[in-house]
Amino acid sequence: MKTKNLTLNVWRQRSKSDSGRFEKYVAKDVNEHMSFLEMLDVVNEELLEKGEEPIAFDHDCREGICGMCGLVINGYAHGPQERTTACQLHMRKVFELGWDELWIEPWRATSFPVIKDLAVDRSAFDRIMQAGGYISIRTGSPPDANEMPIGKHVADMAMDAAECIGCGACVAACPNASASLFTSAKVSHLGLLPQGQAEREDRVRKMVGQMDAEGFGSCTNHGECEKACPKGISIDWIARMNREFLKAMVTADNEVEERD
Amino acid sequence: MERALTLTKTTIGKKALMALSGVAMLGFVIGHLSGNLKVFAGAEDFNEYAVWLRTMPGLLWGTRIVLLGALAAHMASAFSLWSRNKSARKSRYTKKKDLATDYAAKTMYWSGPILFFYIVFHLVHLTFGGMIFGESAVFGIEGYEWDHSNPYNNMVLGFQHWAVVVPYVLGVVALGVHLFHGIWSAFQTVGLNHTKYNFLRRDLSIALAVFITAGFLSIPVAVLAGWIEPTTQTFFYPELEPS
Amino acid sequence: MANTELKSHEPTGPIEERWREHKAHQKLTAPHNRRKYKVIIVGSGLAGGAAAASMGEMGYDVHCFCFQDSPRRAHSIAAQGGINAAKNYPNDGDSVYRLFYDTVKGGDFRSRESNVYRLAELSVNIIDQAVAQGVPFAREYGGLLANRSFGGAQVSRTFYARGQTGQQLLLGAYSALSRQIEAGTVKMYPRHSMQDLIVHDGKARGIVTRNLLNGKVEAHVADVVLLCTGGYGNVFYLSTNAMGSNCTAIWQAHKRGAYMANPCYTQIHPTCIPRSGEYQSKLTLMSESLRNDGRVWVPRNKEDVTKDPGKIPEADRYYYLEEKYGSFGNLVPRDVASRNAKYVCDQGLGVGQEVDGERRAVYLDFKTAIERLGKDTIKERYGNLFEMYERITGDDPYETPMRIYPATHYTMGGLWVDYNLQSTIEGLFVGGEANFSDHGANRLGASALMQGLADGYFVLPFTIGDYLSPYQKTGVDLAKLELDDKPVTDAVKEVEARLEKLANAPDPKHSPDYFHRKLGNIIWQYCGMARTAEGLKTALQEIPKLREQFHREVKVTGTADGFNQTLVKAARVADFLELGELMCLDALHREESCGGHFREEHQTEDGEAKRDDENFQYAAAWEWQGVPSSAALHKEHLEFEYVKPTQRSYK
Repeated sequence: MKTKNLTLNVWRQRSKSDSGRFEKYVAKDVNEHMSFLEMLDVVNEELLEKGEEPIAFDHDCREGICGMCGLVINGYAHGPQERTTACQLHMRKVFELGWDELWIEPWRATSFPVIKDLAVDRSAFDRIMQAGGYISIRTGSPPDANEMPIGKHVADMAMDAAECIGCGACVAACPNASASLFTSAKVSHLGLLPQGQAEREDRVRKMVGQMDAEGFGSCTNHGECEKACPKGISIDWIARMNREFLKAMVTADNEVEERD
Repeated sequence: MERALTLTKTTIGKKALMALSGVAMLGFVIGHLSGNLKVFAGAEDFNEYAVWLRTMPGLLWGTRIVLLGALAAHMASAFSLWSRNKSARKSRYTKKKDLATDYAAKTMYWSGPILFFYIVFHLVHLTFGGMIFGESAVFGIEGYEWDHSNPYNNMVLGFQHWAVVVPYVLGVVALGVHLFHGIWSAFQTVGLNHTKYNFLRRDLSIALAVFITAGFLSIPVAVLAGWIEPTTQTFFYPELEPS
Repeated sequence: MANTELKSHEPTGPIEERWREHKAHQKLTAPHNRRKYKVIIVGSGLAGGAAAASMGEMGYDVHCFCFQDSPRRAHSIAAQGGINAAKNYPNDGDSVYRLFYDTVKGGDFRSRESNVYRLAELSVNIIDQAVAQGVPFAREYGGLLANRSFGGAQVSRTFYARGQTGQQLLLGAYSALSRQIEAGTVKMYPRHSMQDLIVHDGKARGIVTRNLLNGKVEAHVADVVLLCTGGYGNVFYLSTNAMGSNCTAIWQAHKRGAYMANPCYTQIHPTCIPRSGEYQSKLTLMSESLRNDGRVWVPRNKEDVTKDPGKIPEADRYYYLEEKYGSFGNLVPRDVASRNAKYVCDQGLGVGQEVDGERRAVYLDFKTAIERLGKDTIKERYGNLFEMYERITGDDPYETPMRIYPATHYTMGGLWVDYNLQSTIEGLFVGGEANFSDHGANRLGASALMQGLADGYFVLPFTIGDYLSPYQKTGVDLAKLELDDKPVTDAVKEVEARLEKLANAPDPKHSPDYFHRKLGNIIWQYCGMARTAEGLKTALQEIPKLREQFHREVKVTGTADGFNQTLVKAARVADFLELGELMCLDALHREESCGGHFREEHQTEDGEAKRDDENFQYAAAWEWQGVPSSAALHKEHLEFEYVKPTQRSYK
């Protein structure tokens, strides 16, 4: 079993208004089987023993599905392993790359203000969802589930888009801090399904309107988001969202409200 | 309802405006290139083409108005999105690795302005050349005199001098780089995508960018290599003379 | 009032009529009056999220709390396998009755028949609801929904969305919830952790929360409180639960008078990735489906445990499940598989990394399956699982056998509730994994999602409505209670004092995790897969000692009035340290083996769980009496009118 000492440069920021700075720590005897967050746990435990405040970072399920964790590690959102969240990244990957010094930063975006250290506020995503990321169906009033056949490939495509875990890596990796990948995944998931047709024009306009109102940057088609996405959500969805949005803005009979 | 969502205020609307104005300018660039390549057909053909451009009713001003509008829209959107994108990330990463993007995409905000300044230079040189330099040496270059009735020589003589060639090459390369990302990006922005045909979008943007760059560069190369020479023939076209 | 018989308030009559009849006689509130009722819902997973969305839609004034940064991150999201529903789409003879029967039997005859029947009945509505919300379930080529069989069921009734069924169902509920937040019927409080229940005039009337962002302790007063806060599996420290999953809400409610039922019923999942070191923070589940093609073994000789498994000859491999359980072999139920893994490791035959001086893992070998079916078939079936395994362990399961070991996965115990899902405190309702209701002593695969959503969408909105209806207007029958009333301000002060004490222990030495790990070891060792009276007694001595040490030596840095993850952890561990003791007490009192509760003293000659229906056919509901050890036992006797108790055998 390989172990190694690593130098960590960790972003420490007391609060939203604090300007923040890197602090240097040494992670001793890091073991290749540890997950990245377990490595931080160990560092934190030591900090606590020394009477210092542990590094704050968000995490919950630690199996790559809840979307709560998110760190930029040596410039990579969620670290250097493709299709892997920070919690599923294991130290052997870091060892493989020969990294001895790590720079750990939070998601950086004006719409994701830092709460503390590496924890950021992603409530903007919730507000985008609230603007229209749903099918308006009352509890208890649906038709039988098999009443409407949906082609397997359509269902599969919808599922591809629906796999988004809302972690925000797309925003973190985007040179413009754009939320287009996140928004487009939900627009496409629901827009592809027959159930989602009734609200299709409204949904895309409301969600894009909210995305803009949150202050995210615009998409300039770099494709960074797709590469950083732990679920491999494709930028094809962004094109799809753009198409739906432009079509709705030009041809829809009704208007939607501008959001702020 | 407070205010209705308006297309031009949205990021996607602005991007679409940028894409559409870009496509309009791309159309012009292709037309402009195919006209310029007439230089290989000789002075007479080239100069008569110039006369044709001047005399087609509405063509000159129609194009100018569309292009000015497109340029203004393109730049206004670019500037607005640029400032928005800058403020979307106020605190920068200390380390940041690029995984997908390319040189062209990252330098759009450089290739664009370079192109703009080149266009100004280009207009000063060839469109307003006669007005500005009169019959004296263009850009102070000895022996490079303006001849209203001989656009062929105005062009070819210019390409014998580095002061014209260097900005031209820079401008054309910037154009190529800008188009390499711009064309693909435009497809993405207006939502022209389909799983089956998506690969064509990248191929087409590479092909167009290379064709346009090579086409424009072929002229100074031909002049400097001596394949195209200034004409000693004299021309007189009243349509081209200042009124 | 010790040892009173608990009233389940279940309807009588033919079982298939009970829920319909019950609903038909519930009291209603006119739509325009519903807004006057304030409903607090804690938790935003399948049960809480679905209930909040449904009740908001009905017009109630709903306030929903979760400790995560978004309701979309509740741990329901991690469920992989699927959700059962008695749709009988595959035409293999399934029915509501059969699902009911399987669930009661699977629960080892320790659940309430009326509840289980209702669950089976509502299962079909869940699928309709989810599909209408846009949940992209797997489909056949013809466009209709696909089903698979799961957890040893003889019919295919499991609906699934790749390996992310929980995620998709939760996102469905979250989207419905988001719609209500936008509509203004639900106010969402993310990053809020419930710290106490406010009981006034005998009724649950509010909660005290800590805002995790700024540390502010606040009271919220309402007409009814619903807890959907999940299970307490993290009492084991290592489990497949999320890091934040905790028992604080149900435990504080318990301390305010809600009875805690069957806390010793915990489910251990046999196929998890084993520990690799002391630092291990959680365990990752590998889908049970792996056992369909993998063969479980350990070396026969202790000398071989460190050997490269590929070099151990066939004769020296102990395929213990195949040898002991001829007909089921590697496919024995979860508890049997788990227990046998423990036995072989206890004998020193465990393999893999040594952690704390022990090797606790067994091999799950795909070599035979790869030879028989080809690598491609195996890849098609388990490709993503193999990838995940490799990412975590660094081993390639196509080449070397996987190492697996059981881990805590689900807790069947929880707050006691009646048929209406109301606890022993009036006005306190409990849904999902947080209550004890539907799974008895053991939960079948693909039925946790089913219960959470059935409770949230289809049961609680009606039973809570029925509860609220008589109080035509706040203040008429419900005693008036305002934020500045003494019972409320006292509750806030109490929480503040409790947190202040945790933040300033007299002799701070160790992190909250240090104590949590120790507690986990005790519980895992003595109240895990196999329990003995002796072991449980040891645990009952050790836990109070550890608790006492914790309150003296827990070290929390930073302040209580800010974002402080250490303090949050400390508060959770404090509650686990109490709940763990009650769990052992319950396990000690239950002198039988049933489902997830296996007492070594009570087994058949074949080593099977031996129930004692004569003496223990009841739900054990514990009442708080100041300290965990003095909890008073109340019993709800369980009747089995339809599914007659039998002893199971997998030989």
